[in-house]
Amino acid sequence: MRRFELVLPGSVDDCVKALAQAGPESKLLAGGTDLLPQLKNGLLKPARVIDLSGVPRLRAIEPGNGQGLRVGSAVTARTLELDRAVRAKYLSLAESGALVGSVQVRNLATLGGNLCNAAPSADMAPPLLALDAEAVVTGPKGERRVPIAAFFTGVRKTVLAPDELLVELVLPNPGARSGGSYLRHTPRRELDIAVVGVASQLTLANGVCTKARIALAAVAPIPLRATAAEQALEGQAVTPDRIKRAADLAVEAARPISDQRGSADFRRHLVRVLTRRTLTTALARASA
Amino acid sequence: MAKQVLSFTVNDEPAEVLVQPWDTLLEALRERMGLTGPKEGCGTGDCGACTVHFDGKPIASCLLLAMQARGHTVRTIEGLGKPGALHPLQDAFIRHGVPQCGFCIPGVLMAAAALLTENPRPSEEEIRYGIAGNLCRCTGYTKMLAAITEAAGATAGRRS
Repeated sequence: MRRFELVLPGSVDDCVKALAQAGPESKLLAGGTDLLPQLKNGLLKPARVIDLSGVPRLRAIEPGNGQGLRVGSAVTARTLELDRAVRAKYLSLAESGALVGSVQVRNLATLGGNLCNAAPSADMAPPLLALDAEAVVTGPKGERRVPIAAFFTGVRKTVLAPDELLVELVLPNPGARSGGSYLRHTPRRELDIAVVGVASQLTLANGVCTKARIALAAVAPIPLRATAAEQALEGQAVTPDRIKRAADLAVEAARPISDQRGSADFRRHLVRVLTRRTLTTALARASA
Repeated sequence: MAKQVLSFTVNDEPAEVLVQPWDTLLEALRERMGLTGPKEGCGTGDCGACTVHFDGKPIASCLLLAMQARGHTVRTIEGLGKPGALHPLQDAFIRHGVPQCGFCIPGVLMAAAALLTENPRPSEEEIRYGIAGNLCRCTGYTKMLAAITEAAGATAGRRS
């Protein structure tokens, strides 16, 4: 591998200082499952690598305000898959963690890495969009909060400034009568990248949907919410016909390209199918 | 650039080794400590040949920088069992004649051992899922399944 200087901060403050000193020639290292291959093949040539693995706050999962949850950016995919607090209220996020790579990769790959790489196909983005998560970002000017819907700005681009760091994700409590689901389509069952991913979250009260969230991956430069589809469900009982209608509306929100993973038409088809399936599962879980 | 001192625990023994900042854990184990059980197949986390236990969990050691292992506990295939005291999985792999070329086997054994620690009686589906990150290009998966199934029965029985 090409040479670089390795910085080993022990706190978030040390990370911010290291970033401020390092300038644009530096890279943050979390799980390394995307960064290491790019360092090995020479795609990235940073002068300095800042290792986040020694910062306890970034690996923490803690209760948040109003019975919500705060999930550190260096929490691994495997932890999301297995953690009881995540599974209890945020099952779609656990499901997205379980789909990443193999177990050997999931024990390294992190939530923050998945988001900051900002691939259009990032599996953890749709569940976070559907859960109305907020990103806590820190830098030399202090902390700021960014709704996850505003976090992504383009393919492999986020709102993070070069001297900023993603600290944690704040997940609001979805409530007792809420359920979610994440599904993706891949040609292989393991170690593959989503052709399309869809997360849905439904919250009910007295048999009526009070809040619907549908989020799509790999159908646009950034992960998207299908807001027209959500509005078609809110304020009404969720029936199979309305789920079908919402799935049709979700297709209209998608702006897919054709590439080696699938044609635009195939992706639209997948949005319809996966929206229907995730809404059906979310409804069952919300009703349980 | 100066080498850094990596202090960690390897196969139950404290270890200190000088590494370059850009060395991977796999390189430190193989090139600097002589532990050549873990193999480099792809170098990108796809093949599982470099699987070791990191704080008890299976990881691709080609994707971790050596210095990221500071203060942590690593187990390689060399620390899974010993001649005369093989791990039940190693014993079952020998009796079933699982290894063909053998290159993937240390990684498969470490993945399977981690699986059985978490889930002493996995279903066939769970075994397949547990070793999904390990490629065998001799395509010897059928015998792996048989051996892991048998060892699972043995280890689960031993614990109960």
